[in-house]
Amino acid sequence: MCAEEIGFVEKYDLLGCIQCGRCTGGCPVALRTDLRVRCFMYDTQNEERLEELSERPEIWDCTTCYTCAARCPKGLEPLEVLIGLRSLQIEEGRVQPTVRDALESIFKDGNPWGSPRAKRLDWTAGLEVEALEPEAEEATDVLLFVCCTDAYDPRVMKVAQALVKVLNAAGVDFGIIGEEESCCGSEVRRLGEEGLFEMCDEENVELLNSFNVNRIVTVSPHCYNTLKKEYHGLKHPVLHYTELVAELLEEGKLQLSKEMAKVITYHDPCFLGKQNDIYDEPRYIITRIPGVEFREFDRCRERSLCCEGGGGKMWVESESKAERLAEIRVEDAKELGAEIIAVACPFCLLTLEDATKVKGVEEEMRVADILELLAEAL
Amino acid sequence: MNGKPKIGVYVCHCGTNIAGTVNVEEVVQFAQTLPDVVVARNYSYMCSDPGQALITDDIANMGLNRVVVASCSPRMHEPTFRKTLLSGGLNPYFLEMANIREQCSWVHDDPIAATEKAKRVVEAAVVKARRLEALDVKEVEVEPSCLIIGAGIAGIQAALDIADAGFKVYLVEKSPTVGGHMAQLDKTFPTLDCSACILTPKMVDVANHPNIELMTYSQVEEIGGYIGNFDIKVRKKSRFVDMDKCTGCGACAEECRMAGRIPNEFDEGIGMRGAIYLPFPQAVPAKYTIDKENCLFLSKGKCGESPKCKEACQAGAINFDLQDEVVEFKVGTIIVATGFDIFDARLKPEYGYGVYDNVLTALEFERMVNASGPTGGKVVMLERGKKKKKKEGEEAEAPRMPRSVTFIQCVGSRDKSVGNEYCSRVCCMYTAKLAHLVKDKVGHDCEVTIFYMDVRAFGKGFEEFYDRVRREGVKYIRGNPSEIYKKGDKLIVRAEDTLTATPLEHETDMVVLSVGLCPRSDNREIIDLLKLSQSSDLFYLEAHPKLRPVDTASDGIYLAGVCQGPKDIPDAVAQAKGAASAAMIPMASGKVKVEAQTSVVNEDTCRGCGFCVELCPFSAIELVEINRMGWPVKVARVNEALCKGCGACAAACLSGSIQQRSFKDLQLMPQIKALGVK
Repeated sequence: MCAEEIGFVEKYDLLGCIQCGRCTGGCPVALRTDLRVRCFMYDTQNEERLEELSERPEIWDCTTCYTCAARCPKGLEPLEVLIGLRSLQIEEGRVQPTVRDALESIFKDGNPWGSPRAKRLDWTAGLEVEALEPEAEEATDVLLFVCCTDAYDPRVMKVAQALVKVLNAAGVDFGIIGEEESCCGSEVRRLGEEGLFEMCDEENVELLNSFNVNRIVTVSPHCYNTLKKEYHGLKHPVLHYTELVAELLEEGKLQLSKEMAKVITYHDPCFLGKQNDIYDEPRYIITRIPGVEFREFDRCRERSLCCEGGGGKMWVESESKAERLAEIRVEDAKELGAEIIAVACPFCLLTLEDATKVKGVEEEMRVADILELLAEAL
Repeated sequence: MNGKPKIGVYVCHCGTNIAGTVNVEEVVQFAQTLPDVVVARNYSYMCSDPGQALITDDIANMGLNRVVVASCSPRMHEPTFRKTLLSGGLNPYFLEMANIREQCSWVHDDPIAATEKAKRVVEAAVVKARRLEALDVKEVEVEPSCLIIGAGIAGIQAALDIADAGFKVYLVEKSPTVGGHMAQLDKTFPTLDCSACILTPKMVDVANHPNIELMTYSQVEEIGGYIGNFDIKVRKKSRFVDMDKCTGCGACAEECRMAGRIPNEFDEGIGMRGAIYLPFPQAVPAKYTIDKENCLFLSKGKCGESPKCKEACQAGAINFDLQDEVVEFKVGTIIVATGFDIFDARLKPEYGYGVYDNVLTALEFERMVNASGPTGGKVVMLERGKKKKKKEGEEAEAPRMPRSVTFIQCVGSRDKSVGNEYCSRVCCMYTAKLAHLVKDKVGHDCEVTIFYMDVRAFGKGFEEFYDRVRREGVKYIRGNPSEIYKKGDKLIVRAEDTLTATPLEHETDMVVLSVGLCPRSDNREIIDLLKLSQSSDLFYLEAHPKLRPVDTASDGIYLAGVCQGPKDIPDAVAQAKGAASAAMIPMASGKVKVEAQTSVVNEDTCRGCGFCVELCPFSAIELVEINRMGWPVKVARVNEALCKGCGACAAACLSGSIQQRSFKDLQLMPQIKALGVK
């Protein structure tokens, strides 16, 4: 057992914890589930209790939003302890069937959605987009790394399609990987499957490095975070699409002509905001769309509320029956008078859109990725 | 000292610090075999009286002319043993220390290897001792005056003590008034005495003391020289108000077209002032100042028909042509008492400071509970950035008092994420004090909650005060909040009650952030002027954390107050008195010894490249023209009063023309060779 060999105390610097409670205090799911991440920082110091602690169902409630780590005054990462406990369960093979299936699907087909690799490019039908050749002599500016969810989910697919339209409109020299593209492994690591993540890391780095490109642009903030911060030896710089699009707008390469007379608010994805400090670019893009009235959530930027889509939560249902955070988010947006909740992450798109249906407001409130709005404003 | 070297070697046990790892007996036996070593001994504590007596006795009885002490780092006890040599009748620079503690016993576990290393270090010291030369200790006269930078409570106290002892003090303060942060406070913990009541008499005293020359709204621009003879240049910024004529009546401020439109720094921005202003009623000097950035006449060249302040001033004190004045003087000593900044709460965006009107810093809240503050001492809900209607007859709606006030401790302290790992030492107690004041001023039914992670009530009367405040009904919840957001017109503080593992959404009207103390953002100015060092927390570094807490590495320059590290008022005053006393030692004796291990230039070989001039951190070297066999050439020359013996020049000199006394190549190279370095 890898995690046990190193020892939780050293691996997570547990003795540095002063039990101040900022982690649990800021934890978005602490109020609706039994998860008390601070207690785990204390309890896991006793290595004899690790097995028992790893069997607690609440370790699967963590969305890995990173708020606990961002708030920790000692620079610790409490969420990693929970991921470490998940690893112990994964190694024992004790996981929910949905998680097992997702992980198996990544191993077999390079995506967590149980779809064959051959269908990976279905989303490109009718679009002007080419797969790049590895080791090409001439460099392409942008390699688009398309998230599995964007590639396979019929709803989220529209986001990737919008991005292609936007990039073509701006005359960007870009291409995609093609069928060889595989899951980045962000959710794999967060579900605790360390071995499979190492494989994703190695294989993707080798694949990505084989392309002669200036930079990689990801659609999902989860891929962005993993490529940028968790991979080893990646040669190319990594951007999130909001960074690229903001650049295109600033340089005047992308023109938005159509009016969109709507009240729009923006939901900060945790993996873009809290984890990578990208707050201004999405707002800059939205406010450049003609006619838009932009309103901020009270809880925005560093204080944004997690939608509960990350940390493998797409495949783990919480036992809690309390109101979902995405539903709170939708209510807040309604109170704000927003007609559109703009997002920049496939998981946020799915969780928030689902919440509008639960709340019965799907008619008057739209959830859309910034890219979809941009494509409409071209 | 001529003749054959006769060396005594003394190996210290330092209790078990050295002897626990190093076999000192074996080292002594080894030392006895070294050439020129006449005697070698060991003793449990060489620095003790009997230990030193071993050395003086051997000098007298055996005619030693060199001494090697193998013990600790020279930092602490080199001065001790130099005195021993002196009292034994030897030149003190015939001492060589072999560090077998910090550089040997403390860092090694293996006794055999550590003993071998100790032998090498001792042998190298013996080799160098053989080549040591006698040095003269020079003395310089000390100007009996002191420059004190900063007139908060530390600077004020130091100034009064030194002035009372009969020395001249130049007290320089950057802002228009003396008093510092203490003047902003309402009550002081744990005794609850009124801050102004105990401070203002001292403020008046510094202004009136015959031995104190007070320069407010002034900045030190240049400092040259060395202990005993510092040359100081101070810029007295123009107030555009004639200090001799201004009566402090305040008619000008009432008439100023900008009145009530500029955030008053003294009120932490929650109160307003005009372009001509007195920071607070008890300000010293009680003279008005025009802030030229905000004065319409000075910044835009036009203020209505003519400046209203000038019309209003009966004394004719306002003069827009007044210029800055630069004064120069000499002092013997310098005390730095520049204080602190409070932590910028915007760096913790999760608390919504700057977003929500009623999330305040503790210092803003302090101004609010202060009777001379912007709300006249009333605790009220704030509406920031809202312009007050000035229509006559229209009664403004009375601001509402909060029904609940919540304090968050450790904001910007003990927090690696903002680079402040230290505890600010005052927040626990000022929070308890402010909580008490809320109960006192708003009423007992106002709910007061303090979120904390540890309560550090370590000072005299602190724990008793903490007990009292809890019994007054102030609720302490153990858990440091993680974020604040808004629900309706209430603020929601998200935290965990860590004692019961209960996540909370605590509703409150007002949140006070107990911000910590930080090094001043303009610290760099003083560092550049005085070449001060900083500790890892970026406060100024004292010469020794335990035994020289008010001295700096530079002779004649001392520290007082929070500029050295967070402290409360009693500690700041105590340190100020310590700094005053330390500064008075050279001033009282009238002369001071200067470094003897200075650098010396061989003018016959110096090429005059000037590299050393650039390098010297003390500006002690200059190029001078000499006549070399009929040719005028430039060579480096060291001002020995300024040289601190750091050795940077000697290490860098391309031609080996600069040598540092006691560290000459002829002394160092054999020592290095003896260590086994090829």
